[in-house]
Amino acid sequence: MKSYLGPLNKENPILTQTLGVCSALAVTAQLKPAVVMAVSVTLVCAVANLIISLIRNTIPPRIRIIVQLLVVSSLVIMVDQLLQAFFYDISKMLSVFVGLIITNCIIMGRLEGFALSHKPGASLLDGLMNGLGYGLVLVVVAVFRELLGSGTLWNHQIIPSSFYEAGYLNNGLMILPPMALILVGALVWIQQATRKNTAK
Amino acid sequence: MKELFDIFIRSVFIDNMIFAYFLGMCSYLVISKEVKTAFGLGMAVCFVLSITVPLNYLIDKYLLQPGALSWLSVRFADVDLSYLSLIIFIAVIAGTVQLLEMVIEKYTPGLYLSLGIFLPLIAVNCAILGGSLFMQERHFPTVIHSFSYAAGSGIGWLLAIVAFAAIRERLKYADIPKPLEGKGIAYIITGLLGIGFMAFLGI
Repeated sequence: MKSYLGPLNKENPILTQTLGVCSALAVTAQLKPAVVMAVSVTLVCAVANLIISLIRNTIPPRIRIIVQLLVVSSLVIMVDQLLQAFFYDISKMLSVFVGLIITNCIIMGRLEGFALSHKPGASLLDGLMNGLGYGLVLVVVAVFRELLGSGTLWNHQIIPSSFYEAGYLNNGLMILPPMALILVGALVWIQQATRKNTAK
Repeated sequence: MKELFDIFIRSVFIDNMIFAYFLGMCSYLVISKEVKTAFGLGMAVCFVLSITVPLNYLIDKYLLQPGALSWLSVRFADVDLSYLSLIIFIAVIAGTVQLLEMVIEKYTPGLYLSLGIFLPLIAVNCAILGGSLFMQERHFPTVIHSFSYAAGSGIGWLLAIVAFAAIRERLKYADIPKPLEGKGIAYIITGLLGIGFMAFLGI
């Protein structure tokens, strides 16, 4: 059981394996799209892992990448259509980044590294956990960026207006894309530092 | 002509793939330890982007867009295949990369030695698919506009990764806090570079 919890912290796909950074950062200026993105990636990752694991013995090794891409892109198309149908405004906000789930290295990495050699049940769990580990980082970054950048969370005002009257200003820098990278850098720093301590 | 140049400059500096949209981050962070390999990967990205984006533009315009099939017959005028675009784009990219690899290996062995190892990596590089998706979103009027956009984005990517690799080579001699070494500092430097690139917003 313990090995499945690894992706949440110790083997976190973003923080330690540098996978799936691409789409992770562009959607974290606000909490809402970040959560939607996290849920979509988790779903796609878990289901794709399950499907590939079910058919792993019938895929010819030479064309496995194409097969994986096809499975993942069909799933992403489904997610995309669902988002457009039920959460149109968020789907507009995420724009191309839903499509970019296809090339999210976490998914390809898990398919290649885990689903091709493990049983369906284990693969499903592995996909789920990796998706959650990815989502966790997304949500943490988004909370900081939205709270400090616009003083809101999930579009609700968090910082009271009396603060603004006393001269508090939103940190506009937080909204800009480069800050996401710096925040992730800080997260990596914290994670590495705490891990060193426990190892000793 | 001016319009084409505008698109080009815009996609190199302002809408830089890495600093504004974080596309292709994974390979950007992993393959930037040396300037030479970074340059090789950057060239490969440039090359593949400039081929796949115009190709996908034509496919999108004449096959997938709502009403795109009307050149075939009037009966198809209200067919909308755009939900297929993701799967078609990725198939075109994977196919092109495979084809390119074979062609380059056959005719220019020298280029193959320098680009070859990077080509398979590129099929799953977010920057390439991202280029096609942004192209679709921006509705360029002609295929030449889309080429100008693709070449600009590719050169922007190349510029970013080479600059980053050069900084990283220098970083070996820097005194960094132990837990921040490697990935942590790489993220922060990219962030700072991004802030620098935002100065181009004015032009």
